[in-house]
Amino acid sequence: MANWIPLWVHKLSSPPNFYRFAGVLRPWALGLALLFGAIALYGGLVLAPADYQQGDAYRIIFIHVPCAWMSLFIYGLMAVASFISLVWRIKLAEVVAMESAPIGAAFTFITLVTGSLWGKPMWGTWWTWDARLTSELVLLFLYLGVIGLYHSFEDRRQGARAAAFLAIIGIINVPIVHFSVNWWNTLHQGSTVRILGPSKMSSDMLWPLLTMMVATKFYYIASLFGRVRTDLLSMESGKDWVRQIADQEGRP
Amino acid sequence: MSPFSWDHFLTMGGYAAYVWPAFAVFFIVLAADYLSPGLRRRRNLRELRARMARQSARQQQRTPASP
Repeated sequence: MANWIPLWVHKLSSPPNFYRFAGVLRPWALGLALLFGAIALYGGLVLAPADYQQGDAYRIIFIHVPCAWMSLFIYGLMAVASFISLVWRIKLAEVVAMESAPIGAAFTFITLVTGSLWGKPMWGTWWTWDARLTSELVLLFLYLGVIGLYHSFEDRRQGARAAAFLAIIGIINVPIVHFSVNWWNTLHQGSTVRILGPSKMSSDMLWPLLTMMVATKFYYIASLFGRVRTDLLSMESGKDWVRQIADQEGRP
Repeated sequence: MSPFSWDHFLTMGGYAAYVWPAFAVFFIVLAADYLSPGLRRRRNLRELRARMARQSARQQQRTPASP
């Protein structure tokens, strides 16, 4: 590895070290996700007032939007990890990329289903082929393509390489999803929350939304670390450290 | 802000049929995502233990035959 990368990064990326590190951090990440999630749900479902136009149906936003953000965030992270795994052949980056795909697919699926459940009472239809909805569906297919390609090779490292290529090419879709509401005339509403400039939302609705965003980030860490740990064990199953773990957990 | 009422909370102002399934999907999908690697991990480790047991059995068979 290049010598400008700090030593601790190098050490942490070794499978047994990362396995232990992830094992320590995972329960904390899950605990914080549940804590922030509970606060956000209380704020969103109980404290926040009903919307003057949409009544209580708008409360779907508190899961729909954080999941949509996660579907894009995880895709970006998966593409970056894929790039690292292709260029520097770091095993851990490969595992992070491949194990991010099912989590991203789960968030994309939730986004589509909750959006559909929100669209029916507000737009009068479960589904419409407009730019935002279609590009988000393409995102789901990209995730499924990455997962499918990864598993379709006999040699898993070869599969991971092919799937990493697909993940990098598919990154084109991420800005399309994000800007679709500005580029095309769509049924979907524009962005409510902005990083630059004021958000178009009252603060008693905004804080539960942002809290849920924090919760989903922590959830992603917890889920990813569990998946990466599992993958590292099966990838390194011939190695001594994995045999020791198998031995310890096999004892009654 | 209106005071909290269970009735209003559960009916979601008439949108209960849309709001609660959305939250149910959120929790069910994420729970399945969170729990699935644990099952895979247990199966992998069981297979590895079986392989280790076979290997050590083979080694024990071989030892008495050697001079």
